[in-house]
Amino acid sequence: MADHAVLREVTLTLPMVADMEIAASKTATAMAEFMGLAADKTDEVRMAVVEACINSFEHSQAEDSRVYLTFSVSGNDEPQKLEITVRDRGHGFKPSEVVDPKIEEKLKAERKRGWGLKIIRGLMDEVEIESDAGGTTITMVKYRQAGRGR
Amino acid sequence: MTDTLKVTLNKREGLSVIYTEGYINNQGGEEIAKIAYKLIEDGERKILLNLAGTKIVNSIGISILIEIIEQILEVKGRLGFCCLTKTIAKTFHIMGLAQYADIYDDEAAGIAGMNS
Repeated sequence: MADHAVLREVTLTLPMVADMEIAASKTATAMAEFMGLAADKTDEVRMAVVEACINSFEHSQAEDSRVYLTFSVSGNDEPQKLEITVRDRGHGFKPSEVVDPKIEEKLKAERKRGWGLKIIRGLMDEVEIESDAGGTTITMVKYRQAGRGR
Repeated sequence: MTDTLKVTLNKREGLSVIYTEGYINNQGGEEIAKIAYKLIEDGERKILLNLAGTKIVNSIGISILIEIIEQILEVKGRLGFCCLTKTIAKTFHIMGLAQYADIYDDEAAGIAGMNS
């Protein structure tokens, strides 16, 4: 992956309270607008950020009940890449053990949830998950132009 | 901070159209489900969800929509969606909802499609 200069970076700490994910989505929108991201791509970023926050709210059981986000726009001559990290200090999980949800199974299942990671992976250009007993960090990337910086 | 979902219902041309305005999260999904289940209980078998007023959904809200799909399929009915943003449509495709619910570009296409 090519190195780019960081053009703008914003950090945000959110309490794990209902609907706080909307605050994160608003910051994502502001950063996407700063870098001139297309409206459809901006919407995809917003939804992915919402899902990453909800995952932390619902599953992390972090004692500090906080989610830490960093939004970073980078590029050389112009903004090219938006990288967002969503971090919690919860108990972590093993991404390899997360079952890929399937609609035909979910329709018959009592528990219909568990779609967050699938949605994030489907909407963002790159997704990395690091998780251990000290917490989880989801790093998501969206490029302004397909194929740039990769 | 909370974008409370506003839900309205219009019965027209042989089906029920549910309009949403705002964020479809767990509360929003429950609001839609309350209306949809009442319609199904009253014998409605064709429900079109017009999401023109919704720009963002989350997976908890969509999970409730999956419950509605399950309920309407059980009574051999149909659930359709129309007026989705590109991202919501893409999300529904990622999840596979399009296999079990019809997705239309606009309300006129939805009404025509569900009455066909």
